[in-house]
Amino acid sequence: MGWAIALHGGAGVPYSLPPERRQPREEALRHCLQIGIKALNSKMTPLDVVELVVRELENIPHFNAGRGSVLTNKGTIEMEASIMDGNTMKCGAVSGLTTVVNAVSLARLVMENTPHIYLAFDGAEEFARQQGVETVDSSHFITEENIERLNQAKEANRVQIDYTQPIYNDTKSETETPFANGDSQTGTVGCVAVDSNGNLASATSTGGLVNKMVGRIGDTSVIGAGTYANELCAVSATGVGEVIIRGTVARDVAALMEFKGLSLKEAANIVIHERTPKGTVGLVAVSAAGDIAMPYNTPGMFRASATEDGYSEVAIWSEPIIE
Amino acid sequence: MAGWAIAVHGGAGVDPNLPPQRQEEAKQLLTHCLNLGISALRSGASAVDVVELVVRQLETDPIFNSGRGSALTAKGTVEMEASIMDGTKRRCGAVSGVSTVKNPVSLARLVMEKSPHSYLAFAGAEEFARQQGVEVVDNEYFITPDNVGMLKLAKEANTIMFDYRIPTEKCAGLESPVKMNGLPISVYAPETVGCVVVDSEGRCAAATSTGGLMNKMSGRIGDSPLIGAGTYACEVCGVSCTGEGEAIIRGTLAREVAAVMEYKDLGLQEAVDFVIKHRLDEGFAGLIAVSNKGEVAYGFNCNGMFRGCATENGFMEVGIWE
Repeated sequence: MGWAIALHGGAGVPYSLPPERRQPREEALRHCLQIGIKALNSKMTPLDVVELVVRELENIPHFNAGRGSVLTNKGTIEMEASIMDGNTMKCGAVSGLTTVVNAVSLARLVMENTPHIYLAFDGAEEFARQQGVETVDSSHFITEENIERLNQAKEANRVQIDYTQPIYNDTKSETETPFANGDSQTGTVGCVAVDSNGNLASATSTGGLVNKMVGRIGDTSVIGAGTYANELCAVSATGVGEVIIRGTVARDVAALMEFKGLSLKEAANIVIHERTPKGTVGLVAVSAAGDIAMPYNTPGMFRASATEDGYSEVAIWSEPIIE
Repeated sequence: MAGWAIAVHGGAGVDPNLPPQRQEEAKQLLTHCLNLGISALRSGASAVDVVELVVRQLETDPIFNSGRGSALTAKGTVEMEASIMDGTKRRCGAVSGVSTVKNPVSLARLVMEKSPHSYLAFAGAEEFARQQGVEVVDNEYFITPDNVGMLKLAKEANTIMFDYRIPTEKCAGLESPVKMNGLPISVYAPETVGCVVVDSEGRCAAATSTGGLMNKMSGRIGDSPLIGAGTYACEVCGVSCTGEGEAIIRGTLAREVAAVMEYKDLGLQEAVDFVIKHRLDEGFAGLIAVSNKGEVAYGFNCNGMFRGCATENGFMEVGIWE
């Protein structure tokens, strides 16, 4: 059995996404996948790989993490991330970051350099400075698109999961499944990986919900909800944070495998299609045996995966592009 | 229809040399809280109302580590967190980094019911509290002389301390082979509080509240506000955990009890025993749980847990040790 890797750039992609917005994102997924593939081929540990890939996804402004994060209801940035090592089950998480360039790396430092698992807001920012990680002015993370999204959300007076394109007046004619209050969803990035020895790791990062209340924490930094890894599998989820939290989604995939003896695909499908409402969640997962699952119950999910035997794919909706 | 059941806890990991007077005070508070919950249940209150009511009482009393009497951060301040979950639809609410709100568990409930989110923290949570008009006080209100003393001790030892209720001058000479989180039990006692309830309609709920670790880094979040770790409730059960936060988070402890009941068809006590035995590795923790069948159970793998439980058929017990 060889290594396997899967990554996502967010669940909830309207079918109407125009080519000029779709192509750069496909390219970005391909690019990040290549980075992960090279790293695994050079025997980097899955923990290092997921951090590396998520850092890359954070740096790309097309996805809702790091640069390109969506904005709070005050127009500010509050980023969160978590990482988990399936071998040791050690984990790290951060929330409420405003100046840290790579939230996932700070989460890793919390895991490795503190007696704690989870640091947030001012305390996390202070820790970042003590650790000497790269920080920048918060404006670095803000993009025009996200300012636009926030304006639209405020006009519509709602909180959005995120959206891959500005809302046009004819949204109602689109075929995507709307979230309960009419929003489409996307947002959050993540990566899971397993090496040929069955070592697993997972990492997830996000800017959260468009127009979220300041101080709102979602699933991405809650271990067991947005991120989980043990010796059976590694999972990273995306979608409506509140749904993922109450469903302990990432943990549930592993629990079904462990307690009901299901395969990765079976477990992941049950969680996505039977245990969470339609239009709210997607996930990527790998198992110790090298299986990959990337189910979603939203219109689409930005994703990519590869295995050591040379297979790789990039996909948004149901037709993967086999590379 | 099975009757109601309730359990409360005031923390797992207790110094075997805890003075009898302290033990008595703790047991009295647990008994008082149980009775509060029982009265409410007898008058038909819902599970989620009862867990909030009981945890408010535990927060208000300075004996345990929540609300007033919370452990202090490295800066000598109080940062509280709490979560609440209503098993019926698995609605949940949580707060962290709360520094002026008198009852964090009630703020968590408001997050669940009055905001579009599940979890608010720090400045955002404080702002929400003011919008909601909840009772707020100065941070000093929560700080007790005992804890100021404890913090000094912890800093001198330059370690994280979970908490400790014995006055400082008494603990210097105490020897104990029992350890938690690498520290002798004489300088460790987490004392997070929690309550789980199944009401007469079979609805389960859970709530947990804490000040966290003594001498913790400002901004540190533990297991108590994390749904699935410190708190969980669903159709079949309600669970609240306490102990080493890291172990509880990694083990997604509260969710685990429900998962083995759902996926392995275990009964409540079996599930609790299974989780305590198999999910903690080197970690130390305890938990209380109720099932929709009116059962109550608890388990812990460390030295003692402050707890109390009662069921509608008249069973009632308050305890600290095995």
